[in-house]
Amino acid sequence: MLRVLDIHTYYGNIQALKGVTIEVAEGEIITLIGANGAGKTTTLMSISAVVPPRSGEILFKGKPITKLSPEKIVGMGISQAPEGRRIFPGLTVLENLDMGAFLRKDKAGIKEDLDYVLDLFPILAERQGQAGGTLSGGEQQMLAISRALMARPQLLLLDEPSLGLAPIIVQRIFDIIRKINSEHGTTIFLVEQNANLALQVSHRGYVMENGVITMQDTAANLAANEEIKKAYLGI
Amino acid sequence: MVYGIIELINFAHGEVYMIGAFVALIVASVLTMAGFTGPAVLALAMVFAIIYSGAYGFTVEKIAYKPLRHAPRLSPLISAIGMSIFLQNYVLLVQTPDFLPFPNLIPELEFLDPISHIFSSNDLAILSITTLSMVALVLFVKYTRMGKAMRATSQDRTMSTLVGIPINKVISTTFVIGSTLAAIGAVLIASFMQQINFYIGFVAGIKAFTAAVLGGIGSIPGAVLGSLILGLTESFATGYIRSDYEDVFAFALLVIILIFRPAGLLGKTKTQKV
Repeated sequence: MLRVLDIHTYYGNIQALKGVTIEVAEGEIITLIGANGAGKTTTLMSISAVVPPRSGEILFKGKPITKLSPEKIVGMGISQAPEGRRIFPGLTVLENLDMGAFLRKDKAGIKEDLDYVLDLFPILAERQGQAGGTLSGGEQQMLAISRALMARPQLLLLDEPSLGLAPIIVQRIFDIIRKINSEHGTTIFLVEQNANLALQVSHRGYVMENGVITMQDTAANLAANEEIKKAYLGI
Repeated sequence: MVYGIIELINFAHGEVYMIGAFVALIVASVLTMAGFTGPAVLALAMVFAIIYSGAYGFTVEKIAYKPLRHAPRLSPLISAIGMSIFLQNYVLLVQTPDFLPFPNLIPELEFLDPISHIFSSNDLAILSITTLSMVALVLFVKYTRMGKAMRATSQDRTMSTLVGIPINKVISTTFVIGSTLAAIGAVLIASFMQQINFYIGFVAGIKAFTAAVLGGIGSIPGAVLGSLILGLTESFATGYIRSDYEDVFAFALLVIILIFRPAGLLGKTKTQKV
């Protein structure tokens, strides 16, 4: 479904990605793990065209999307819940969700998806009139995922959904990630530092170091790998 | 409003206002010569002023600000000042450096005759049209999708692109709306003052900016409140002390407010959660 082919991405003169190749098949949950500054977020931002790669190609369902604008990419069915959640602080919960569906015109479908996400995260229904900035970290993460779902994506990019959250909330969010994948068939590209949990929910995984992919395998094999255990799982 | 969305003080805003006044004057003169009178002249002059000002606002953004979107903050500011000077001198050269008489386009309302010495048709028109514009603007920003997109863009531009908001279109729309309002203001104020020249935009721009800072920059009701306070301060200073001190008091008030309430009267102090 998504093929990232040898992309090189720069911030000014600093090279963040040095030839990254990743493939995601339809219906999969894949995870990209790696240390701080390895280039995980940059990979997602390159796919979303916020930081377009300088060379290499990204194909979505066989079509090149490397030169498209970020809004075109959302329109094609790739949406993202970015690192740090980035809720619009002054917009209410409902307005945040409405912005997630900005490019859609099908009123009935939007309503359907709104009911779906409010059903996934009932707390958001309770908070619907509240400003996004007043939510707790866990609620903001739920809102960020819901906002991304409101675009009715075929491919959902999630950047560090566990960041800064209590373990019990993290567990709940990962359960729901699995649920979105199994019930809706949404393909999920997960970026995580919490490698343990990420490998539990994923089918396959990639390991990134200093802007290059150093390893790829099924999630089970990666979780059993001695080097990975030592470097990322803390065992 | 423009400041809220791109964090840039649009110095050329006053010039867009001034151009609106000139366009209205030209249209009104032509229509009057053709024998039209009354509200039709006002309406047509207003429509043309809005179209021209809107087009100027749109173009100014495309030429002077859009290429500098990722430049350091000082660059678009300088470019804004440059645009302001350019437009002033352009009008100075193609029109005239002198004051031009501006006809009072607002028809006299008969029922206001008995009290016209304290509350004239002009006052009524300015008050009602301003209120109407403000209410319309607030409703637009609060309830329409474009309005919500504007607020989203002003709060987090990168995230806005990630949900698919075309931010260039949003920014252009903001400039066009701002310019439209400037044109409405220009026609009303020019009718009231009954004279215009190439320089009125600069003064109006500075005063509008002062009022906006006073009320809390980025807040629409704040801007209206700020204008009211600024206007009253000027009038009282003129009445009780001397008219020469009008501006001194206006800006002294600004300094005092900025010392005690830097966010402005209705401005929100930003609290950020991390």
